[in-house]
Amino acid sequence: MTGEVSRYLAMGGYAAFIWGAYGVALIVLGGLAWQSWRRYRASISALDRLQREFGTGR
Amino acid sequence: MISRFANPARFMRISAAALPWCSWSALAVLSAGLYVALVVAPPDYQQGETVRIMYVHVPAAWMALGIYMFVALASGVALVWRHPLAEIAAGAAAPIGAAFTFVCLATGSLWGRPMWGAWWVWDARLTSVLILFFLYLGYIALVNAFDEPSRGARAGSVLALVGVVNLPIVKFSVDWWNTLHQPASVVRLGGPRIDIAMLVPLLMMSTGFLLLFLALAMLHMRAALNERKALAMRLNRVPAPASPAGFERLAPARPAVRGGA
Repeated sequence: MTGEVSRYLAMGGYAAFIWGAYGVALIVLGGLAWQSWRRYRASISALDRLQREFGTGR
Repeated sequence: MISRFANPARFMRISAAALPWCSWSALAVLSAGLYVALVVAPPDYQQGETVRIMYVHVPAAWMALGIYMFVALASGVALVWRHPLAEIAAGAAAPIGAAFTFVCLATGSLWGRPMWGAWWVWDARLTSVLILFFLYLGYIALVNAFDEPSRGARAGSVLALVGVVNLPIVKFSVDWWNTLHQPASVVRLGGPRIDIAMLVPLLMMSTGFLLLFLALAMLHMRAALNERKALAMRLNRVPAPASPAGFERLAPARPAVRGGA
């Protein structure tokens, strides 16, 4: 069982390249998604703050 | 007509409904795609397991080209019709395109090292994709170099349109020059020349990337519209009317020129 898992993870000897490629993609795209979400949340709270300041509801 | 279909208030309404749907389906399709790409798909008879890198590399390359096309088209619309939503769409898509281009270059490098014996070669395909990456970075830098968002967007639009000349070079570089990079095997005359067991994960990952792009682009566009609305409120120091009608005031104040339309 563990032999099977470690053989799979070894990826025929190319583990570093294959897991590296998927890791880079995950970090870059995941980081972008996280940053996009944070920008969106920040834009909403900034707008809310301004609208409260001017006394208009959303 | 464009302003009828692409007005910011309507965009906010439609994207609010589409965003969760798009995000969750992107997550679902990408998870399934990853499973098929990493577990189900067979190793290649020549490349062995490294063929799995292709399931990220090729869809990322398609997204890099497709998103640039989108940025250029939106820039063209923004320049000709001065439509604020078009420049916001271009500005929202560019960082996503840059990210996909980076993923394409990095995964290609990680494949090239074991298969070609080199992290990088100055081959026409690799070099033109590197230029594509720099075009994205140049566009992003230019758009953000101005205090007034629409001035930056206009300067960026010109760069985006000029950069379109690079797209056919990327696509046809493998045919025009004798490159180390292999020629097209999916998008080619005469149909795909790739086994179905490898085509399925490739198309699943591509669909997942496309959905991810749509979700992230909507997120960035909604954020940019909120930011512009906040900027307008701060500049005017008057309360904007309650949304969604408030987005109407984002339209440029200059008179619209509608010659013969």
